[in-house]
Amino acid sequence: MSDVSDPTETEAEAEAEVPAHTGSRATQVLGLAALAALALWVLYGLVWSPPDREMGDLVRLLYVHVPVAILFYAGAGLTTFASLMWLRRRSPGWDALAVAAAELGVVFGALTLLTGSIWGKPTWNTFWTWDARLTSTALLEVLLIGYLAVRRVDPSPSGGSTRASILGLLLFPNVIIVHFSVDWWRSLHQKATVTRLDPTIEGDMLVALMVGMAAGGLVFAWLLIHRFRVAWLEQQVERHDLDAAVAARRAEGQLSTNEPEAQPA
Amino acid sequence: MWRDVALVAGRDLRIELRSRVATNQVAPFALLVLILFAFALDPDTGVLESATPGLYWIVVLFSGTLAVSRSGSVDEADGVRDALRLSGLAPAAVFLGKAAAVVAQLLVLELVLVGAVGVLYDAPLAGFPLMTATCLAATVAIAATGVLYSGLVAGLRVRDTLLPLLLLPVLAPVLIGATRAFEDAFGADGIRGWEWCGLVVLFAVVYVVAGCLAYGALLEG
Amino acid sequence: MELVVHFRAAVALLGRFPALAGIDLDVAQGQIVLLRGPNGAGKTTLLRACAGLVPVVDGVAEVLGCDVRRDPRAVRGRVGLLGHGAGLYDDLTVAENVRFWGRAGRAEAADVAAALGLLGLDGRLRDVSAAKLSAGQRRRTSLACLLARRPQLWLLDEPHAGMDAAARDQVDALVRQAVAQGATVVFSSHETDRATGLADRVVEITGGTAHVDAEPEPAPTPPPGPEPGTSEKVTADVA
Repeated sequence: MSDVSDPTETEAEAEAEVPAHTGSRATQVLGLAALAALALWVLYGLVWSPPDREMGDLVRLLYVHVPVAILFYAGAGLTTFASLMWLRRRSPGWDALAVAAAELGVVFGALTLLTGSIWGKPTWNTFWTWDARLTSTALLEVLLIGYLAVRRVDPSPSGGSTRASILGLLLFPNVIIVHFSVDWWRSLHQKATVTRLDPTIEGDMLVALMVGMAAGGLVFAWLLIHRFRVAWLEQQVERHDLDAAVAARRAEGQLSTNEPEAQPA
Repeated sequence: MWRDVALVAGRDLRIELRSRVATNQVAPFALLVLILFAFALDPDTGVLESATPGLYWIVVLFSGTLAVSRSGSVDEADGVRDALRLSGLAPAAVFLGKAAAVVAQLLVLELVLVGAVGVLYDAPLAGFPLMTATCLAATVAIAATGVLYSGLVAGLRVRDTLLPLLLLPVLAPVLIGATRAFEDAFGADGIRGWEWCGLVVLFAVVYVVAGCLAYGALLEG
Repeated sequence: MELVVHFRAAVALLGRFPALAGIDLDVAQGQIVLLRGPNGAGKTTLLRACAGLVPVVDGVAEVLGCDVRRDPRAVRGRVGLLGHGAGLYDDLTVAENVRFWGRAGRAEAADVAAALGLLGLDGRLRDVSAAKLSAGQRRRTSLACLLARRPQLWLLDEPHAGMDAAARDQVDALVRQAVAQGATVVFSSHETDRATGLADRVVEITGGTAHVDAEPEPAPTPPPGPEPGTSEKVTADVA
């Protein structure tokens, strides 16, 4: 993959490289599948599955919360992996993947914390509790937001990516350490009100959860592909701008040699 | 390599001796925050005394953030970053040297703060081996993490606000571990202080290694 | 003759801007090359690219046998750059700065002392902190830091700027001495008379490319020192 487009490329070829939208056959199929899965999810979650013995209808929120949480961690993991690959290979595709995964991660993370808090209030009588899982989830969300902040703040194109990818690499070590420390810390003060997060599920409830995983996964994949392509196109635009800039720069040189007066210092 | 580490550490310490930022700005700030905590948490109710370990480490964290921010800004003078890249110094050596200088400054500060806490909060200072080990481990952890993150925000306009935002969440385990260790040292029951100290040591090791590996990319980027 | 610098159609970016837009340059060992051109033409970027500080994204870029495009770090220890920023620690003295940068570049104590002496920095100025120096004194200190490391390739960005006549003579003498000892020097300058007197070759840089590789005008007989009674008015030029 060349960093700078071949200057002998014709205009037409250059135009053809840059599509007008980020859709494709694959994403259309994926999108339809996601919509179908979402419909199934709503049906199973709200209608077809029975209420839980202990939690009642509250368990339906878990059909959203659990898939969304898993996808949050997947997004963060993808950011870490893409950061690592970018540092090793320095090819722009990995950078685009890292930013796409991080943005999706932040959204899914916010959803996770939100659904978790809503579920928590009736169950534990509080919106928040300082156990290991919640704390490290919240921390991961904060770290991802920090990651995106660093990307935006650096004006130079590759500098922001380098700094952010170091942050991306450190995401998981940080979260793992925090998880263990908080887990250990809170185990000193066992609270009886902290119940298990995962109820025993079976039958239609299990199906609802699985459908939720599938639907969430499809939506995640669809969003990821589109966001990745947008980032990719942004990089393409930069490359084409670069060609124009190089040409203009050289022309500036021609002009100067045709006018031999030296510029005022 | 170790010669270079000593060279960089010596340079940073000499700069600190000349400019006296730690003694004239960071230390007074730390003492001031300690005093403010006493105002906020009425000393007579015993809350201050039981919260002493946590408050102490919060003050150390804030001071550490200032110290590493200062350490980073030293290298942002005009042309210095280029000169560092050209110098042939291994980036890992620059990282370790800067971290070592910050460790030295923070240890001195912590000594003062322990004294202050003993006097102002009437804290039951005890368990000195555990205290010392914890201070050493936590200081190395704070310095290594701080120098790495300060390198990460180097040269950005918003570095002074971004650095605490990035650094403090990451240092949460150090805060938890060091506080628990101090609680055990001061005589609380049922806390396995040495194991918490071990957690802090682990954290320090992870970040020393991470810094050695990543600092080069940050200098270039 | 071995080429110290070999650039072909090199493109280098500053952010998104192509400061070097396909530049060709060959410099053989032992040459003194002057880069001349209007402000913004790319002279500074070219010097920095030779030091491996600016990423080269296209073309060929080799310095001292190292491929600067693939691994910019390899060449770093062997070149010296005198840039616009002085690269000094304001809280340290002149001597401490030169000692630090010298030792970072593996210089011996004797080299450090010699560098301080050659640039007139071992007298009163030795223990003055860098923040209190004048612009010319700062550049002399930076030059001393470079000198102490004995690089094979000297890259000087407007070395005469901000200096008085005596200091400029000193710089010229140092350049000639370094070349006599095997180094190569590439420098940029707006001062045509003095610069062409020093240089073997003149390269015009405009629009990020090298255009004319002119023969230097026949140098006027170099004056033995600043002539008494005349003062060279200098418009200090920091591009």
